[in-house]
Amino acid sequence: MTIAPTGNPTSNPAEGGVGRDGIEPRLLGRWLRTGRPANLDEHSRQYRRVPSESGPEIIRLATAAGLRGRGGAWFPTGRKLAAVAEQAAQAGSAYVVVNAAESEPASMKDRLLLQAAPHLVLDGAELAAAAVGARHITVCVHREAHALEALQGAIAERRAGRWGRPGIRLSVVTTPRWYVSAEGTSVARFVGGGPAKPRSVSAYKQGVRNQPTMVSNAETYAQLALIARYGAAWFRQLGTETAPGTWLVTLSGAVVQPGVYEVPVGTTAAEILRLAGGPTEPWQALLLGGYCGLWMPSGSMLDIPLAPEELRAAGVAPGSGVLVGLPAHACGLAETARVVAWLAAQNARQCGPCFKGTPAIAEELAGLTWRQDRRALQRLRYTMAMVYRRGACSHPNGIVSVTESALRVFAADVRTHQSGDGCKWMSRTPTLPIPAPLPLGEPWR
Amino acid sequence: MSRSWQQPPKRIPTDVTTCRFQVDMSVCDGYGICAELVPELIKLDDWGYPILSDGAVPVELARHARRAVRFCPKLALSLVPAEAGSATSETAAVAG
Repeated sequence: MTIAPTGNPTSNPAEGGVGRDGIEPRLLGRWLRTGRPANLDEHSRQYRRVPSESGPEIIRLATAAGLRGRGGAWFPTGRKLAAVAEQAAQAGSAYVVVNAAESEPASMKDRLLLQAAPHLVLDGAELAAAAVGARHITVCVHREAHALEALQGAIAERRAGRWGRPGIRLSVVTTPRWYVSAEGTSVARFVGGGPAKPRSVSAYKQGVRNQPTMVSNAETYAQLALIARYGAAWFRQLGTETAPGTWLVTLSGAVVQPGVYEVPVGTTAAEILRLAGGPTEPWQALLLGGYCGLWMPSGSMLDIPLAPEELRAAGVAPGSGVLVGLPAHACGLAETARVVAWLAAQNARQCGPCFKGTPAIAEELAGLTWRQDRRALQRLRYTMAMVYRRGACSHPNGIVSVTESALRVFAADVRTHQSGDGCKWMSRTPTLPIPAPLPLGEPWR
Repeated sequence: MSRSWQQPPKRIPTDVTTCRFQVDMSVCDGYGICAELVPELIKLDDWGYPILSDGAVPVELARHARRAVRFCPKLALSLVPAEAGSATSETAAVAG
């Protein structure tokens, strides 16, 4: 299944398909066939109504299916639902937030999913609301995704068609453009009227206006909507033992057909690359997980199943499904230096070690990369150790991780840059696009 | 600094020898009073923010530990059961 960056299906239908047997992709199947989002009428004919399960049954189903969050953390969804439900029983109220804020520059899967199958996402969110006892659901979309109207239209369709659980209110908000504003606790805080900045307390305890809040990625809810209809055993037919199901990956970089692909969890990067028509030029490395992810060298690592447990042994993680292929004729150190400079400027300015330390990391990495500063590497390692896990959210950790993995994977470039020889690829057009810096007064609301 | 929206937690438990320090770094402003009061367990990084000892508070430092929590101007420092989560945040460990 192939989707060009514009979101239209190409003329070359999936050779492999989900499960390599030509099985229709679970989330994107209809979109790939028709090239249009399913309106409520089509959705209701394809899926019929969501079974009206009780809260505890929904939690049992999610747990039995082994569904794990698709927002990057891969946290077991059943466990999160149960935690929110437990807190809600004590607090007397609960809230559900659908996180489609997707501030990750190299990720497109959530905005595509919202276009392709909005009703699956909303069905899943309503199931979560029933599970935790919430009567309000807010969908968060990125301010620049221009998804607001379409989603409001889908919600209006549901009301007119009397589709979905009664007594549950759906709303949509657009989140600020900051990278950290798409974090789980940030969106919950924003929905509650605060700034879209991370909090130290988990949303399941204190989220929207301090109510227990279920915050999950849009794709997670869509998967839940399918599990409720087809069951846990069906869900487990694809994927791995510990991370069942399919997932959406966004492939970009030196690839013939970049775009969003739906594959079983555990598919290797090499297989995904094959689905995408192969590389445009030989790769030297792959960035996995996002800009705050980890570099993997090309070669045998591309044959590791992309799933949490399998990747952990290799010191990497699947994250939110971002895969960027770095060509051999590029400088991984320069690419990382640009990314880290941007990431550091995106911090929430809340935690000292982060707002002091991440710009220092960016500066030291820049010194190493662009100014042949021989002592920058030592200072960089010291600063990273001082910053790692010292903030309220994982933003500084992500910056340290991507930097540390770059120093390892691009060790040869580090030596070249330190020795003052520069490198011939460092001025090549960036493979990792850097969004324009946000203006000084860019709002957090 | 934005105000923490947390309900005021019980920051100083009765028996602190089964507790370790935890700081809400989004609230901490780097006053450094905690490091002054119990330097054996709290050091300051290059920017003046606390680096907390991992382990439980030894009995001979219990009084100083309680005092450090009490004197934090931002109420950012607390003592929590020694097995609970990470030193700066639970959300960093369990993303949502």
